[in-house]
Amino acid sequence: MTAAPPAAPPAADVRDPILSVREVTLRFGGVTSLADVTLAQERGEILAVIGPNGAGKTSLFNCVSGVYQPQQGSITLRDADGQETGVVGRKPSRVTGLGIARTFQNIRLFNALTAFENVKIGVEARQHTGPVGAMLRLPRTRREEGEGDARAFELLDFVGLRARSNEVASGLPYGAQRRLEIARALGTGPQLLLLDEPAAGTNPVEKVELEGLIRKLNAEMGISVLLIEHDMRLVMSVATRVVVLNFGRVIAAGLPAQVQHDPTVVEAYLGSAP
Amino acid sequence: MAVPAGVARLLRSQDFRRLASCWAIGLVVDVMTGAAGSNTAPTAGLAADLGHPRVLVFLALGTVLWLGLTAYGRRREQVRARIQLVSTNASRLMAPPRVRYPALVGVLVLAILAPQLVNVLLPATKVFWQQVLVDDVGIFVLLAIGLNVVVGFAGLLDLGYIAFYAIGAYVSAYWTGALPVQPPFHLNPFWTFPMAVAAAIVAGVILGAPTLRLRGDYLAIVTLGFGEIIQIVARNLTSVTGGPQGVGYLKTRTVNGQSTVVARQLTVPHFSIHLLGINFDWTLDNVPYYYLLLVLAVGIIVAFRLLENSRVGRAWTAIREDEVAAEACGINTLKYKIMAFAIGASTSGFAGVLFASKNGFFDPPIFSVQLSILVLVFVIFGGMGSIVGVIVGTAVLQVLPQSLRHQFPQQDLFIYVGALLVVMMIFRPQGLIPSRRRSRELGLAEEGVGGADAMGAPGTAP
Repeated sequence: MTAAPPAAPPAADVRDPILSVREVTLRFGGVTSLADVTLAQERGEILAVIGPNGAGKTSLFNCVSGVYQPQQGSITLRDADGQETGVVGRKPSRVTGLGIARTFQNIRLFNALTAFENVKIGVEARQHTGPVGAMLRLPRTRREEGEGDARAFELLDFVGLRARSNEVASGLPYGAQRRLEIARALGTGPQLLLLDEPAAGTNPVEKVELEGLIRKLNAEMGISVLLIEHDMRLVMSVATRVVVLNFGRVIAAGLPAQVQHDPTVVEAYLGSAP
Repeated sequence: MAVPAGVARLLRSQDFRRLASCWAIGLVVDVMTGAAGSNTAPTAGLAADLGHPRVLVFLALGTVLWLGLTAYGRRREQVRARIQLVSTNASRLMAPPRVRYPALVGVLVLAILAPQLVNVLLPATKVFWQQVLVDDVGIFVLLAIGLNVVVGFAGLLDLGYIAFYAIGAYVSAYWTGALPVQPPFHLNPFWTFPMAVAAAIVAGVILGAPTLRLRGDYLAIVTLGFGEIIQIVARNLTSVTGGPQGVGYLKTRTVNGQSTVVARQLTVPHFSIHLLGINFDWTLDNVPYYYLLLVLAVGIIVAFRLLENSRVGRAWTAIREDEVAAEACGINTLKYKIMAFAIGASTSGFAGVLFASKNGFFDPPIFSVQLSILVLVFVIFGGMGSIVGVIVGTAVLQVLPQSLRHQFPQQDLFIYVGALLVVMMIFRPQGLIPSRRRSRELGLAEEGVGGADAMGAPGTAP
């Protein structure tokens, strides 16, 4: 991994980008939420996006996951064969189908369903059973049900929630809900996982568990992770590279240690002296 | 006027307020059941009802109601405290759903024996009750379990559901040659099922594709309008549908008190089977229709039950709970909503064929918006999302008014049914036999965790 100079465009030195965001601009009425944002993520890396509140981090996520449609710019996902697909203009469900999964800043589980059912809904993103197959219980439906159950339990095991699979999602502790949401996202079979402040509201023990989980899914499943996080300790320890946003613009990018001492970043976080 | 502090506190206390409400309910019931006023002396009824000693009886009844409510409230608090204790100590475990076969077999046997039970228990009115079983319960159970897919499973409010019932009935009438326009070839009513279902699905998709992008309330308005449109088209497109005369009626002209048949329009024929040596004709007798309905309903119920616990059913639950999260899980929300809408529509169309062939004749006012609302009431009363609940709810709400029709004056009957619904929604909003998921959702909404809206728009983007 080569270190990018803080001020240089971060896309320049990425050799095998899984995600390329080029000159994306997103406006809401007169408010510009993202201005000319360009960044690229290397396949297999954990890229952290940091920045003060309102910097446009979640807007960026919503553009990448198809929730918002930016007015300008392009976002492309490149799979392992080098096939490039544009994300802009697709519905969130289609983006998930391409292989981009996400979690939400304020956990959005299916609260009345069990942990198992939550993950199974994720797993079913890659299945094909339709209403006729379901009503007649055709062979393919039976096969997919079995595969789905097995995969869901596997993923619950992976995030350490196997023992709680029959519990209602809303009854789980906060940290477990975070991990369950990650398991549900993993169920959709992503190449790229977007984590929106996964450590927000968790206690120190849960943070350590979460850090381990992010490393594990990155290393064992080979999933690239795009991470928004406020907890600097977590960012510094798991991120391969860091991109800093402020007022909708990329102000710095590079290795965690470099970014940490970048004067523009310090200024963005602490404010400039008058 | 100075009120002593003690009295003021008493007046403000919750128990006293509840007592006052109960007395008020007693007085309203007193007025409702007592003598009526007239145009010349509109308050005469009021005076007669409230000035009579019977008022004391109703106040006493109010007091009894109050005692009952208070006891119920205390008990509920105790239960709630105990649940709190359990849920904080142990984790809330949910057993996977299982089918209770003995109960299922019992219900099926009861359903099979129902016409015979009517024969034995109510020999004097058996024909009437068998007709209730077919026309009021059987067909409406089909309608209700279809609407349950739309409202209960997918959480979409459809107020024009009966439009698809009308489409089914008219398509069946067309293919059996009962409409003024003749089909290329005539079909046995059985063969009109696929035609009607296909037409209902097409209509459902055409209506659903543009409108299901709308959220809760807007969808309700659009479907309401659609229901009206279908009814008006049926009434005014005389050359095709027969217009306000309807299908299958005799056209008569009265001259000097003597009515003569001017034109006889064909009715929709009854079902019949002539296949591989099996010959059976459904006639005016209700019992064969009952069994035909039972077989079809059991098939549909099994299919919908499987659907509920499948990938599709879970996708609907996901959409109902959180549309944004459902999209993020790869669920094309629009596609699944249209699917639910079309499946509901097809069931409604299916029921329309049965109705058309059983009755032979019908006219546009039957397919009124009130009927759509009525079916929705059955679904909500029985328990949205619960197939068993919806069936029981329909049966109760259809049989109850019929069995009370001699006890109460006809025009007042629905006041009591309405009151029953109001009481039901206050004390058991989840319905008679709620689905587990739905009651969990309601419980979470009460705790302020989940989306509070059981039927309308789920959460919006952050």
